[in-house]
Amino acid sequence: MNKGSITLWGFVGTVVLTSVLAGSQALGLTRMNIPFMLGTMVTSDRDRAKVIGFGMHVINGWLFATIYAAAFRSWRRANWLLGALIGLVHALFVLTVAMSLLPGLHPRMASERQGPTPTRQLEPPGFLALNYGKRTPISVVLAHLIYGGLLGAFYRPR
Amino acid sequence: MSVTQSSDAYPPIGDYALIGDGRSAALVSRAGSLDWLCWPRFDSPSIFAALLDTERCGRFQVRPTGTFRSERRYLPDTNVLETVFHTSSGTIALRDLMPVASEADKRAALTPEHEVLRELEGLAGRVEIEVVYTPRPDYGRRHPDLTSRGAFGLWCEVPGGALALHSDLPLRRTPDGHGASGAATIAAGERKHLSLVYSADAPGVIPLLGDAARDRVERSIRWWRGWARRGTYDGPYRDAVVRSGLTLKLMTYAPSGAVVAAPTTSLPEEIGGVRNWDYRYCWLRDASLTLRALFDLGYAEEAEAYLSWILHATRLTWPELQVLYDVFGEAHLPESELSHLSGYANSRPVRLGNDAHGQLQLDVYGEVIDAVACFVARGGHVDRDTARMLSGLGETVCRRWREPDEGIWEGRAGRFHHTHSKVLCWVALDRLITLHDTGRIRIDSDRFRSERDAIRTAIETRGYNPRLDSYTRLLDGDDLDASLLTLPLYGYHEGTHPRMRATCQRVHECLARDGLVYRYQTDDGLPPGEGAFGICSFWAVECRAKGGDVAGATEAFERLLACANDLGLFGEEIEPETGAALGNFPQAFTHVGLINAALTLAKCGAER
Repeated sequence: MNKGSITLWGFVGTVVLTSVLAGSQALGLTRMNIPFMLGTMVTSDRDRAKVIGFGMHVINGWLFATIYAAAFRSWRRANWLLGALIGLVHALFVLTVAMSLLPGLHPRMASERQGPTPTRQLEPPGFLALNYGKRTPISVVLAHLIYGGLLGAFYRPR
Repeated sequence: MSVTQSSDAYPPIGDYALIGDGRSAALVSRAGSLDWLCWPRFDSPSIFAALLDTERCGRFQVRPTGTFRSERRYLPDTNVLETVFHTSSGTIALRDLMPVASEADKRAALTPEHEVLRELEGLAGRVEIEVVYTPRPDYGRRHPDLTSRGAFGLWCEVPGGALALHSDLPLRRTPDGHGASGAATIAAGERKHLSLVYSADAPGVIPLLGDAARDRVERSIRWWRGWARRGTYDGPYRDAVVRSGLTLKLMTYAPSGAVVAAPTTSLPEEIGGVRNWDYRYCWLRDASLTLRALFDLGYAEEAEAYLSWILHATRLTWPELQVLYDVFGEAHLPESELSHLSGYANSRPVRLGNDAHGQLQLDVYGEVIDAVACFVARGGHVDRDTARMLSGLGETVCRRWREPDEGIWEGRAGRFHHTHSKVLCWVALDRLITLHDTGRIRIDSDRFRSERDAIRTAIETRGYNPRLDSYTRLLDGDDLDASLLTLPLYGYHEGTHPRMRATCQRVHECLARDGLVYRYQTDDGLPPGEGAFGICSFWAVECRAKGGDVAGATEAFERLLACANDLGLFGEEIEPETGAALGNFPQAFTHVGLINAALTLAKCGAER
């Protein structure tokens, strides 16, 4: 795998994905703020959480870029369409599996079965993260299609 | 007072109390109805606006069912409102607040972005209460569907975020799904909470109830009392001055330091009239007097934040100054009307934005520059950028002071040569020359001195009418204006100057009624009908005290204090016959006037 290309395009893809989600939030399509969600895993300071969460999100983006690169390698080709296809699968995984696991993983998130407690006060995402806005799934799928499309279009296997 | 109230009646404006958190504010009526709330900031679209249309705009009411009598107060030295309802079966207290906390507390635990917390406590017997919750975001244009998320409360989407109501009282969605209601009986010693939160970011924070909610109430009380203790004023009328300081703090947008004129829009200056304006912005004309009030009360941090906002906000339009800006310095605030709303007690139109932003008011240069001079006089430092900025403003004054303007009252009849505006231009150049002479800034001092002297000559020859024995509203004019009472406040004249004493006397004769002062008696381009102006009445107190009549000023001040509502709050105007509040409520500038008048009385009293 081309580590330099993964590092570069994984970073670019993550920044674009984060920007698309932030733009969706500004447009009122979703309230989901991934840096805030991730950052509150390690701190309850709202402002610091967003900064730390952004760092965590970039690292996640690189890790996922490695998986994308492994798929391109096994297919022996990479293009925007293949990248977007993986992005779609990625988005569906995030919405269906990751979001349902989140209340169990996040130390400050309440769960659907248990009301808020002094240590767990964050609103859980619910099915397809619909608690964060009815159009959240659209924003998440769109952001991941772009992330995958960018990686597929610009990642260059050696 | 008050014995139940139907949901479609408009309470008197003075029946409202203000709660807030330094980012947004809400008005709560004597009957426990939260009738005005804009989130996430003062000038955001409303969540509840029954204040402007009881039928369309929604409210959040908690009150006893049936007949009750209510009395209320702010818990001492706080902005936590307590309304006590007396019924035939018992007594219950309702405490309303937007929880506040120190930065350290906020870092230590997750807190909602915005919260209104309502605490019910049974004091005697058993009281059946009812809750009505009808959010109608965007000035009643939206009817959101409420979703019950069990232990997480009732949620709905609103523009820019989500709203959640969490309570340990049983609440049910209304049949149409656009609201909720509930009833419960509270016994003596029992406590229940309702927490309404707004989250722009997801995941949002779901606030805890029970003991945790009580902790938030107590933490907020401690925070407000700590803030009040920072004040250094300990003279006469301390309670009124502290209440005014606390009210001013509620109208300060903490992230930028801006002070909004009022937290409301379109509360009428005459019931049923058209003088209904959006005051949820920051007027530069308030700058200098507000800064002095904050400094003299001991709130240097707030004063410096406010000045910093002024200097930052005005960079967008420098070297010209606009009349008003929003809390982040946005200068474009076009006025529009909400034709679907009936307005407070049928006072139409309801306006958003404010076209005064496009007016020319030359007095704002004097206000801003005097604010900086006030800051420097208290040990502040002027950096190079600010010095350059001040010099540019001075150049604008030199270039434009001969022009007519709309004047301090934002008349819509056109531009005139207002004496008050010329005086404030004189103040601008005079302060700049002082700053230059003390080495703080560099200006073309000879030219500035020459222009300053030319302004003074114009004022003294054309702005003073010997026949009236008074300064006049306009150059070469023959009518009066209460803004002339500010001349000694800016140091244009000593209060004891014969011309100033005479002007003060003429204003009292022509514009005052029972100690309440009207702005003017001339056509301002709008249908007539407004009350006496709160700030003008307090200026009159200061002017009189500075002129040597401290006893008369004290008497007038005490008469004015009696016009506050039961919580010590003032609106923009006062109806002379009844003493009722008119206009946007509460009004920051009126409370600034109260503070400065009390400080002046204390100083003049001490000097006697």
